[in-house]
Amino acid sequence: MKKLDKINNFYNDDKVIDACSIFGMMDTSGKCFSGKDIIKAIANMHDRGNGLGGGFAVYGLYPQYADFYAFHIMYFNHESRARLETYLEEHFYMLRAEEVPTNPTPNILKPPLVWRYFLKVRGGENSEQRQQDDYVVEKVMDINTRAKDAFVFSSGKNMAVFKGVGYPEEIAEYFCLEQYEGYLWTAHGRFPTNTPGWWGGAHPFNILDWTVVHNGEISSYGINRRYLEQFGYNCTMQTDTEVVAYAVDLLARKHGFPMEIIAKILAAPLWSEISRLPEKKQKMFRTLRQVYGSLLLNGPFTVIIAHQGEMVGLTDRIRLRPLVVGTKDSMLYLSSEESAIRLVCPHLDDARIPMGGEPVIGSLQNPLNSRKTAIQDPQSKTGEK
Amino acid sequence: MKKLSSAQVNAFNMTTRELSCKLREIVADGSERIEIHNTCGQRYIGTGLGAVQLDIYGTPGNDLGAFMDGAEITVHGNAQDGCGNTMNAGKIIIHGNAGDTLGLSARDGKVFVKGNVGYRTGIHMKEYHAQKPVIIIGGTAQDFFGEYMAGGILVLLGLNLQEGERQKANFIGTGMHGGVIYVRGKVEDFQLGKELGTADLNEEDYDALGKIVNEFASYFGHDAQEILKCKFTKLYPLYLRPYGKLYAY
Repeated sequence: MKKLDKINNFYNDDKVIDACSIFGMMDTSGKCFSGKDIIKAIANMHDRGNGLGGGFAVYGLYPQYADFYAFHIMYFNHESRARLETYLEEHFYMLRAEEVPTNPTPNILKPPLVWRYFLKVRGGENSEQRQQDDYVVEKVMDINTRAKDAFVFSSGKNMAVFKGVGYPEEIAEYFCLEQYEGYLWTAHGRFPTNTPGWWGGAHPFNILDWTVVHNGEISSYGINRRYLEQFGYNCTMQTDTEVVAYAVDLLARKHGFPMEIIAKILAAPLWSEISRLPEKKQKMFRTLRQVYGSLLLNGPFTVIIAHQGEMVGLTDRIRLRPLVVGTKDSMLYLSSEESAIRLVCPHLDDARIPMGGEPVIGSLQNPLNSRKTAIQDPQSKTGEK
Repeated sequence: MKKLSSAQVNAFNMTTRELSCKLREIVADGSERIEIHNTCGQRYIGTGLGAVQLDIYGTPGNDLGAFMDGAEITVHGNAQDGCGNTMNAGKIIIHGNAGDTLGLSARDGKVFVKGNVGYRTGIHMKEYHAQKPVIIIGGTAQDFFGEYMAGGILVLLGLNLQEGERQKANFIGTGMHGGVIYVRGKVEDFQLGKELGTADLNEEDYDALGKIVNEFASYFGHDAQEILKCKFTKLYPLYLRPYGKLYAY
């Protein structure tokens, strides 16, 4: 681990003021762009992190392997790679295996080996998508709980997570992220509070093509974790944010909820707010709170959740962490600070701060230049009228 | 009027510390008015500079004017979170929106915002004798406006609301135990914290409010009389120690 006082406190200040930084940008028309801008934007919030974690998620970067699960795996030694590759060969059809290209970066110390594999479920052609996805989740859980010195940190199709210990701009340099292109990027600069700054603990957290970056702290982690364990999700990364990735996989993929509803489960409206809604909505929100009470996220948080074709910004219901939304033509930007957005897009059509608990959704299905439905009006969902 | 000696700074690619050092250097050289261009997220601008005039172009970072003691800052754009943190004297004029916790713990000075503000504006603002901070918002505020407020004056105009539309903030003045809030237009009881009383404005209130609105209107080209025509509600704390029984034993 890095020496904290050396990297974080050059001037021997007696107080260090930090917080995580998050940034997301998506071209809702589906056009791909390089990582150049998001690296610049997250680096502008350098002071929020402390160099103990940085990471990126990219969507649409492997079009030539779009039908293959792209496993990204970290190994702490060569033996564990040999062992795990045997396991992968047993359980998957492997089209391609390669080391993720890296670039020596002075501040990235003792990096693990990082490999990626393009995989298909053996005999999967005859089974449904959902069964194949379940199989992948099961295998990822199996590897991450049992394999020694190895773990999967990215397992979706046509997307990838790149993360590690360092400032985000250093991680970007290390993984040569300017060379990739995607239509949706999220990024994170970490200031670890309760858990260690290690390579697996950096954001984004991922399962299948779901990723989450998070600023805050989820004090309901214990309850959320135990609830998710009943559905076969095991938390192994020692960071609270991990539960959000598994929760959205459960709620969206398995239980079939749209993001608007998932936001109301994770950041449920306060009871006082529910009591002012029309009868029918009251019933729905009460039911959601009763059935999914164990997935309510307590404590301060802002998250950017992404998956194939969609990016969602969400804060806790009393907004104890910041989130700014910017739009320009078909681009949607989400950020901890407005200045980071302005740096890469000075002339925004709109910059605003959404209400706590109200999801901001960018989607390929509702491209922004036909912008009536792509962004939620802050008041419309809870309909306080 | 004596002409102020002025200077310009291009903040492009500067870190918070670099910009801060540069500004102190310029002030030490005797400049009384500084234009800062290409500002992009640098924090604590205006802190420790004394009574100078700053014109900021771009987007200043968090804690703009923190602990400020007499400077006059004009922001030609939006301000981020924590603007006016614990300011002691001076003025901040924002020709755009401001983020969360605007004027937190302010002790004196004035903040004028043309547009909207985020959560927890004026949280734990305080006053002592002649020191009385003032924050006035032209647009709307989000929740917990004046949370734990202990003194000073908050004014919420909502000029961008439709005719008859109520203010957007909920939990206004939760935990408030000092100072006063003036809200223009409609605000429902459920939007207010449990520690607040409501009243019509008396002559003294109108006197104080009139001065603030006049100054606000002069910065942003509004008609003060037009603004004051609308009905205002005065919100004041019912208790000196609202949680005295809750936390003390």
